[in-house]
Amino acid sequence: MNFSFLPKYYKFFLSGTGYTLLLSALTVVFGLFGGLALALMKTSKNKVLKSIAVSYIEFIRGTPLLIQLYIVYYGISDLPMLTAGVIAMSINSAAYIAEIIRAGIGAVDKGQMEAARSLGLPVFLTYKEIIIPQAMKNILPALGNEFIVLIKESAIVSVIGIHDLMYNTDTVRGNTFIAFEPLVVAAFIYFVLTFGLSKFMQKFERRMSVGD
Amino acid sequence: MIEIKNLHKSFGDLEVLKNINQTIVQGEVVVIIGPSGSGKSTLLRCLNLLEHPTSGDVIFEGYPLTDPKINIDLHRRRIGMVFQQFNLFPHKSVLENITLGPIKLLGLDKAKAIEEAEALLISVGLLDKRDAYPNQLSGGQKQRIAIARALAMKPDVMLFDEPTSALDPEMVGEVLEIMKKLAKNGMTMVIVTHEMGFAKEVADRVIFMDEGQIVEINSPNRLFNEPAEDRTKSFLSKVL
Repeated sequence: MNFSFLPKYYKFFLSGTGYTLLLSALTVVFGLFGGLALALMKTSKNKVLKSIAVSYIEFIRGTPLLIQLYIVYYGISDLPMLTAGVIAMSINSAAYIAEIIRAGIGAVDKGQMEAARSLGLPVFLTYKEIIIPQAMKNILPALGNEFIVLIKESAIVSVIGIHDLMYNTDTVRGNTFIAFEPLVVAAFIYFVLTFGLSKFMQKFERRMSVGD
Repeated sequence: MIEIKNLHKSFGDLEVLKNINQTIVQGEVVVIIGPSGSGKSTLLRCLNLLEHPTSGDVIFEGYPLTDPKINIDLHRRRIGMVFQQFNLFPHKSVLENITLGPIKLLGLDKAKAIEEAEALLISVGLLDKRDAYPNQLSGGQKQRIAIARALAMKPDVMLFDEPTSALDPEMVGEVLEIMKKLAKNGMTMVIVTHEMGFAKEVADRVIFMDEGQIVEINSPNRLFNEPAEDRTKSFLSKVL
């Protein structure tokens, strides 16, 4: 194996990793808000809101992320690459996060809703004060998982030219004419990111379960 | 105070409540007894619209709660409810459980709400648990806190849905004591329970329900000692 390219090109891997993390983090934040809105729509009694949410979730989960990315990037003119990447991935992730949140809310004991409503709390306050804080305990582990999936899947944005880890790895391969070893380096970095995150989540979950 | 008119409730094809008519007046303690599946809990839950009646009206202090245009949240503030499974908010401390409603709904400032909550905690004998979380409490303590939480809204009526059924036997007494004290202080109460001794002692009226209907209503003395209906007799012979 020939890793002689590393001293000269390691900065490519570093900056690529930076973009990958930035993209994934932004996507998790936007996906979380989108997913929350969708989950509330899907559980609402309003049939219009409900069917919009259901169609959205089914459509997004039933089409490839690559096509969604192309549609956003080529469909909206003059969109900066990074913005297009974040939008496409957030649109995609929101559908999955919506299901995570819905399941998390569904797992909160029904009596909690009844107790809050019988005090006179309106629906919105009940969700804000009672249901969501408890649902977070169910949601956070799955959300950590989604974050890990995002880090891996974000490699796809390299096709529209975002200088993420995957794109920069290809650049190194092209410049050095070394086809294999840069991929090993990239795979190792992806693994460190996801493994580290999953260890962090485990620790976090343990700390959260202390109150149980 | 509460008027129930021609109340029907069905779950799918199953008719759980069949034409209930009843009036509960201020200061009255009404105990509802009956076998499992007789509809007594459903009736209680219809009074604050946790269950929506299929037809008929529930009129509370002159307001028809069953009217879709009514803001049920405003009226629920005046109807306290205590559940079999306590339903304390596990992520909030005892004090936060009790002060949530007064702060968020009645507009009390935090200091005032805490002051009132502490007075309630003293009356249920649990002031030392003010900073505890529900999972650190026994069943009896949880139910006493749940009662305090409902009382913090200063309700005009309290509904109890089998408040002692989920408790270990040695904890039933402490909850019933608090309910007796409430009754003595003139609180209007509607109680679904299997505690016949408690019903005898505290109730002004006892309602016996079976198969979604009110079979018999009487003073506890009359109902327990000289039941008029055969179904009442057969039920009482099994539980007493």
